[in-house]
Amino acid sequence: MKRRKPERGADVMSKKEKIPRQNMPEQDPMVRSKNFDEVPLGYTEEQALLEAGRCLQCKKPQCIEGCPVDVDIPGFIKLITEKDFTGAARWIKGTNSLPAVCGRVCPQESQCESLCILGKKGEPVAVGRLERFVADYERNTGAVQVPETPAPSGKRVAVVGSGPAGLTVAGDLVKCGHKVTIFEGLHKAGGVLIYGIPEFRLPKDIVDAEISYLEKMGVEVVTNAVIGRGKTVDDLLNDGFDAVFLGVGAGAPVFMNIPGENLSGIYSANEYLTRSNLMKAYRFPEYDTPIARGKNVAVLGAGNVTMDSARTALRLGAENVSVVYRRTEVEMPARAEEVHHAKQEGVQFKLLTNPVEYIGDENGWVTGMKCIQMELGEPDASGRRSPVPIKGSEFVLDVDMVVVAIGTNANPVVPVTTPGLETNKWGYIVVADGETGRTSREGVYAGGDIVTGSATVILAMGAAKKAAKAMDEYLKNKK
Amino acid sequence: MNRIVNNTQLSENVFRMIINAPLIAAKRKAGQFVVIMTEEKGERVPLTIVDSDIDAGTVTIIFQVVGKTTMCLAAMKEGEDLFAVLGPLGTPTEMENFGTAVVVGGGVGIGVAYPIIKALKEAGNKVIAIIGARTKDILILEDEIQKTCDKLIVSTDDGSHGVHGFVTNVLQDLIDSGEVVNRVYAIGPVIMMKFLCEVTRPYKIKTIVSLNPIMVDATGMCGACRVAVGGETKFACVDGPEFDGHGVDFDLLMNRLRMYNDEEEEARKGCRCHE
Ligand SMILES: Cc1cc2nc3c(=O)[nH]c(=O)nc-3n(C[C@H](O)[C@H](O)[C@H](O)COP(=O)(O)OP(=O)(O)OC[C@H]3O[C@@H](n4cnc5c(N)ncnc54)[C@H](O)[C@@H]3O)c2cc1C
Ligand SMILES: Cc1cc2nc3c(=O)[nH]c(=O)nc-3n(C[C@H](O)[C@H](O)[C@H](O)COP(=O)(O)OP(=O)(O)OC[C@H]3O[C@@H](n4cnc5c(N)ncnc54)[C@H](O)[C@@H]3O)c2cc1C
Ligand code: SF4
Ligand code: FES
Repeated sequence: MKRRKPERGADVMSKKEKIPRQNMPEQDPMVRSKNFDEVPLGYTEEQALLEAGRCLQCKKPQCIEGCPVDVDIPGFIKLITEKDFTGAARWIKGTNSLPAVCGRVCPQESQCESLCILGKKGEPVAVGRLERFVADYERNTGAVQVPETPAPSGKRVAVVGSGPAGLTVAGDLVKCGHKVTIFEGLHKAGGVLIYGIPEFRLPKDIVDAEISYLEKMGVEVVTNAVIGRGKTVDDLLNDGFDAVFLGVGAGAPVFMNIPGENLSGIYSANEYLTRSNLMKAYRFPEYDTPIARGKNVAVLGAGNVTMDSARTALRLGAENVSVVYRRTEVEMPARAEEVHHAKQEGVQFKLLTNPVEYIGDENGWVTGMKCIQMELGEPDASGRRSPVPIKGSEFVLDVDMVVVAIGTNANPVVPVTTPGLETNKWGYIVVADGETGRTSREGVYAGGDIVTGSATVILAMGAAKKAAKAMDEYLKNKK
Repeated sequence: MNRIVNNTQLSENVFRMIINAPLIAAKRKAGQFVVIMTEEKGERVPLTIVDSDIDAGTVTIIFQVVGKTTMCLAAMKEGEDLFAVLGPLGTPTEMENFGTAVVVGGGVGIGVAYPIIKALKEAGNKVIAIIGARTKDILILEDEIQKTCDKLIVSTDDGSHGVHGFVTNVLQDLIDSGEVVNRVYAIGPVIMMKFLCEVTRPYKIKTIVSLNPIMVDATGMCGACRVAVGGETKFACVDGPEFDGHGVDFDLLMNRLRMYNDEEEEARKGCRCHE
């Protein structure tokens, strides 16, 4: 497929500015805060056409600069204006294999859309919503085609972890003719897309469809296989795999180490979201795994994980859900849309507030969280003003459930069971360079959160694409 | 995959299941466990690997029926497949020749103790086993353990078999008799482990306990299994499940095990395995 050159002209430009950025229909906040169905409902064809028509088809498209995998944004938008929705989806898939996922969870406001030329004066083109629209169109109309697999190369690749990084490597390498096996520790593939991000933001059907697409292309998915516990990386290499990709994510939860943190009712975000999403505890007792349904819930932190936990708590029947964060709204790392949705649904924000201790009842269940008020002090090394406690400002927040969502660390299982695999002082795998993902072990590559620390879906995919390319080279040259 | 080779009732509430799992059988060491799911909508439950047969490619578990999942497991038959079996998980028992090791097992904990007894013996220890149960009918593995250890003392709470009394009294008597004990392993109900640790504490005999907190992933990802040992938080699924009992906060463990009592009751009522 070749990109068609768009026409440009002054009259086109003035006409386009009149069409406002199209809003995406959403479930009403009061209704959706009681269910787990997806919040945004997606564009109609009409809206997609209007929105696509806003794009100026820039000669030097700034939006692409903002995309970590260089999706040809004006190219696919052009196809939408021609009503070739399936073609647009396939066009994206040339560079980004998971558009239905990325259209939903990428932080477009700080990537492509932040650089869109229309954003200088007014509102940028809604790239993410359009991406989502075409990917859904392709899937819902049954137009997804499984590409012909090339002649087998005779080489076998083991992919450890089935998050966005692992799925991307698997897809790219199977298309090169290599035989790919994914090993996933949990009983269901998809990584954070399955166990972390809730149904109301990323329906699990979409992730399942992506995985069955890979399987149709010939990728083998082995679940319940924790590499390092059963087989090790060395076992895989000895078993006849010619190369190994490590995409094991940054899945170890971080706690604050303050008194009372082990009281019942206090969860790590990983546990809370895993119970709800992977184990489907929100459908208990249809599913067996239980989850606490707190009335007064505090969620610590301010990232996407915090917002997802807070919104899950609301949906599980909480009366009050407070996000407790030691800095201010400006410093919150969560996507703007996430914070906005949380607020709409009634999540409260207790900013410049930091927990110092938990209080429990005679059964060891949390009943209160002692907090201290903070103020912003001098800028620290990172340039951010660091929060400092205000003396004597302690107060107790009534809570019966707390979710600690202040970050994650590298999962040590693979690094500690793979001799000679270099890691940095935080336990993340060291790669020779971001272009190849080569580790200190021959034939072993890595990418995604296990290299960078918790980042984003698209960055994990970007790293994986580069690693796949380097692995293909390596495999071609390997005797 | 994960085919059930055999499921035998050992006592009123305790079953022994043999599962086809060649990789786990080949890799597992004493002290490690598997996570089992009976069906896709089920819970992930951790169960100790009691034994394995590398040639047959099987592992053995012994479980007590306490709730929905174990009820369903009990109802499963030879030839059926489990939805998921994951392992071997956890840090294996630290193994060397300590001299004289006393392994105390209570209730279904006797099953958990058995692989440790075997491994200690293989490592050259003199192994004294103390096994106890409420009453004779629910005592498990007596013959197997008899064959493996150097000395076996059996006790029952009601005196229907062996010594009349608790395993704590038996251990105390053993120490009082002048037996030099280099290490104690205490495995069973939390309350039993707690009191066994009190027996050994004055003598500073290192006492290893096997903790059974509620787990979800059992791979170090969630922190559901956190326990306090020596004032520090540990994840039992990766740092354990065995810990130095003299540092363990048993009351915390008991509280955390009660976290879902109401939901577990509801799940049990909704269980249709026995219909
Ligand atoms: C709740 C939540 C919300 C998020 N929201 C967003 C968002 O809106 N937008 C965005 O861009 N990013 C978001 N992120 C971040 C994003 O999901 C991650 O950056 C991304 O998933 C990283 O991909 P990965 O493939 O490196 O690892 P992961 O997705 O973490 O996948 C790693 C996989 O490896 C498996 N694994 C680990 N160890 C082993 C082993 N030893 N053997 C076998 N398998 C193993 C794990 O079980 C897991 O399935 C969110 C993250 C979370 C937790
Ligand atoms: C490392 C480890 C090894 C174990 N080995 C054995 C064994 O060899 N034999 C055996 O009979 N039991 C063992 N257990 C305990 C066993 O996992 C629980 O009895 C089982 O999960 C109960 O599930 P259920 O659905 O039948 O009961 P539920 O109704 O869910 O719960 C009943 C009781 O079991 C406890 N429990 C519930 N879920 C879990 C869970 N996921 N993990 C641990 N405890 C839980 C609860 O506190 C409750 O008291 C072990 C536990 C751990 C952590
Ligand atoms: S920068 Fe904006 S207007 Fe220009 S091509 Fe990209 S999306 Fe279209
Ligand atoms: S069970 Fe999840 S970390 Fe141990």
